[in-house]
Amino acid sequence: MAVTGRINSFQSLGAVDGPGVRFVVFFKGCPLHCRCCHNPETIPFSGGEEYTAHDIVKKAARYKEYFGENGGITLSGGEPIAQPLFAAEILKLCKAKGIHTCIDTSGYTLNDEVKELLKYTDLVLLDIKYTNPEDYKKNTGAELGKVLEFLDYLKEKDIPTWIRQVIIPTVNDSEENIFKLKEIISRYPNIKKTELLPFRKLCQTKYDNLKIEFPFKDIPEPTKERMQFLKELIEKA
Amino acid sequence: MEHKNWEGFKGGDWKNTIDVRDFIQKNYKEYKGDDSFLESTPTERTAYLMGKVEKLFKKERKNGGVLDVDTNTVSSLTTYAPGYVEKEKELIVGLQTDAPLKRGVNPFGGIRMARQACAAYGYKLGDKIENEFRYRTTHNDGVFRAYTDEMRLARRSHVITGLPDAYGRGRIIGDYRRVALYGIDRLIEEKEKDRTNLSSAVLRNEQIRLHEELFRQIKFLKLMKEMAEMYGYDISEPAGNAKEAIQWTYFAYLAAIKEQNGAAMSLGRVSTFFDIYIERDIEAGILDEQGAQELIDDFVMKLRLARHLRTPEYNELFGGDPMWITEAVGGMGEDGRTLVTKSSFRILNTLYTLGSSPEPNLTILWSTALPEGFKKFCAKVSCDTDSIQYENDDIMRPIYGDDYAIACCVSAMKIGKQMQFFGARCNMAKLLLIAINGGYDTSSGIHIGPKMGPLDSEVLDYDTVMKRMDIYIEWLARLYVNTMNIIHYMHDKYAYEKSQMALHDTDVHRFMAFGIAGISVVADSLSAIKYATVKPKKDVYGFITGFETEGDFPKFGNDDDRVDLIAKEMAHKFIVELRKTPAYRNAEHTLSLLTITSNVMYGKNTAATPDGRKDGEAFAPGANPMHNREENGALASLNSVAKLDYNDCRDGISNTFSIVPEALGKDEGERVDNLVTILDGYFAKKAHHININVLNRQTLIDAYNNPEAYPNLTIRVSGYAVNFHKLSREHQREVISRTFHEVF
Repeated sequence: MAVTGRINSFQSLGAVDGPGVRFVVFFKGCPLHCRCCHNPETIPFSGGEEYTAHDIVKKAARYKEYFGENGGITLSGGEPIAQPLFAAEILKLCKAKGIHTCIDTSGYTLNDEVKELLKYTDLVLLDIKYTNPEDYKKNTGAELGKVLEFLDYLKEKDIPTWIRQVIIPTVNDSEENIFKLKEIISRYPNIKKTELLPFRKLCQTKYDNLKIEFPFKDIPEPTKERMQFLKELIEKA
Repeated sequence: MEHKNWEGFKGGDWKNTIDVRDFIQKNYKEYKGDDSFLESTPTERTAYLMGKVEKLFKKERKNGGVLDVDTNTVSSLTTYAPGYVEKEKELIVGLQTDAPLKRGVNPFGGIRMARQACAAYGYKLGDKIENEFRYRTTHNDGVFRAYTDEMRLARRSHVITGLPDAYGRGRIIGDYRRVALYGIDRLIEEKEKDRTNLSSAVLRNEQIRLHEELFRQIKFLKLMKEMAEMYGYDISEPAGNAKEAIQWTYFAYLAAIKEQNGAAMSLGRVSTFFDIYIERDIEAGILDEQGAQELIDDFVMKLRLARHLRTPEYNELFGGDPMWITEAVGGMGEDGRTLVTKSSFRILNTLYTLGSSPEPNLTILWSTALPEGFKKFCAKVSCDTDSIQYENDDIMRPIYGDDYAIACCVSAMKIGKQMQFFGARCNMAKLLLIAINGGYDTSSGIHIGPKMGPLDSEVLDYDTVMKRMDIYIEWLARLYVNTMNIIHYMHDKYAYEKSQMALHDTDVHRFMAFGIAGISVVADSLSAIKYATVKPKKDVYGFITGFETEGDFPKFGNDDDRVDLIAKEMAHKFIVELRKTPAYRNAEHTLSLLTITSNVMYGKNTAATPDGRKDGEAFAPGANPMHNREENGALASLNSVAKLDYNDCRDGISNTFSIVPEALGKDEGERVDNLVTILDGYFAKKAHHININVLNRQTLIDAYNNPEAYPNLTIRVSGYAVNFHKLSREHQREVISRTFHEVF
């Protein structure tokens, strides 16, 4: 039986989810409930469309010419590691075609199936949403400890990793948070890059269409200056 | 043959025959480095002069788009006294009239149009010209004498329209470089030889016509010399240095735009040619980088000052006052060396030294084999200025060799060896509606084409509609070719391009360039009929005036073969049908998917279509997917367009692509790298053309609301760029409504 999974949508030009030009597959379903979620339509596991891994790779391969030396496929979502065997099959087939593979995940869990997936993963984009356990629990419903275990495993297997964090004013835009993030990063030599992403409210219309409330609707977007300041802070040795 | 001004150049066939390509191949120096050698700030002189030019642009803008018109002089090579911006400061001289931005009148295309164009800007055509042309036949007169009733109907119903029957056809590129390389005297000598050779042939229509044309070509070569003399230059001999090479070439181009007001007056491929002279001067120690950039800057400044006086109808087709001074930059040589030189960079650099600008229409001939440094510089220029376009050298070079250029937006031709008869486009979406109604156009109320009556089924059936479409394509193709034959017969007869054809080989290959507007509307409509349920709505007379479309259907722009291949098939069918009717002067039929800005006008004159497009709604430009129907992102959209076959559409497939900066990468470095790989990928897919805009919709909305704040906002629209403020409000709204690929 062909491995199948549920997909929310595709983006043929992903230029901000991993290196180079990437074909991005948005998985359907995420166990977390992040209050800052930018893709709320992908949270429920129901809905979306069912695809075989083979179909997805066929689609991705149509864009191979655009990938250049750095691009490839990124599995995002939703949460790709919530459908680990499906994701593993996609990336396995991609590797066979010489397509660079990447997953964009929260790293909320680590089991044998996820480990199978990581075998075919060239790069992990790990979104460390908050650096203290209370904030993490409060704003996502999940455990920071699990994420750090996930990161430990990436280190053990020496899987290149980019750390990402969405900077949300009043929630995690403090210097203290950045110092904490830096401290975590310093322990993992497999971390190649850290990206601070500004919290964006473009997704408000998605919440409106879904007729659900955007939990962070009253929080402002960070200023360019603040972002620049924090970026410099994290880059400073 | 030898000449002292050729000293230091490697010899070859070019010395014995007119062969600019051979000269370039033997003498140019490829450059594979990056942009770091460039002087990015203008010299004091350039800045001063450009400041003056900017002031003139501002005055022109304030004056409603036209600064001044000389209503008493017929524009030609020597009819105006020399004009200057500021004589003492200029390195390259020559203006179309006696003052910058003063427009000349060119009544050879049609006296009525000249009159209307004057009136549109509050001027009155002078009595002297009116009297002179009272007893003269213009191109427009000739065409309308010969048009059949059906052609008039086709024109009035807008099923074929925008044809060059009321304006100069343009799209002819003289090999302006010949004047610099050989000097006028040598060119005259060669043309005289051709005349002598022709005398021994049997003189039939074609030979007699050519005889007369050669006579006129020679006369205009002499006039070119006179024109240059008025500016104090003797161009009878080859240019002796870089400054002269640029000046001689510019004089030749200037002659063309004084003589002709064709829609597109393209420049060709001059930068690598200039580079040979620049390199020679640099080696001789008489020129440095600053001096080289200054020469190119001054040349480009002159090009930016070029203008024609147009009618309001013309502006509706071709918005933004364009000249299509298209300069092809880069590309690869047949021997595998790149044709990129330092001057390829220098001409792009004018977008920094002089600021961004729609003209000249800088067109990158992209090959995946181009040097990385050049690719990156182009991408950077796109991100910074939205002023350049890209065309696929890898699919054109095998057909046109490595010394071709682009006329207008996307029309390739070997320089000095090939020319085209421009033929605007037919409205294929309207044709579909006429087919469905069996010979009736509901939006104009005109009966036209085979009379079959409207389809009478409750739901439209794909095979039935396609069969109808075949019948009407056959009918329209024949009518279209015949119409074009009349137009170009008359254009040759009454408005022959003497200067430009003098800079072609006497034995020239001709294309006849047809076009389709509304390809994505047709593809989506046929897809709707095939995959959804389309119920026609009839008016009281039984004609189908609208559609009720239920259910979803594949839409062009999503990399879905089910619909993309319909688009490809329609273009194929049309060119196959066109070829069945012989073209005037044995021209080779070609086809484009390009609309310029006429997509708005075509849409306005087309009733609702089965794809859900409303009555009067604009088409997408060129081969673009319809606005905002792309659901899978930018590359899926590019893949759809890339499926259209260049072999069916040798006159070009235009795609205009807008992306917000954030969707292309997080910083400029990423954006440049990503744009390079996107272009590599798109062209590896054998796509033909792309306009790149990296900007936010909001910028355009702001410019729409507050034009004064954005005097230099340049945007690529459809094979060319415009100053956004020069578009009509309607065109501006259409541009704003296009797809902008965003972060998701």
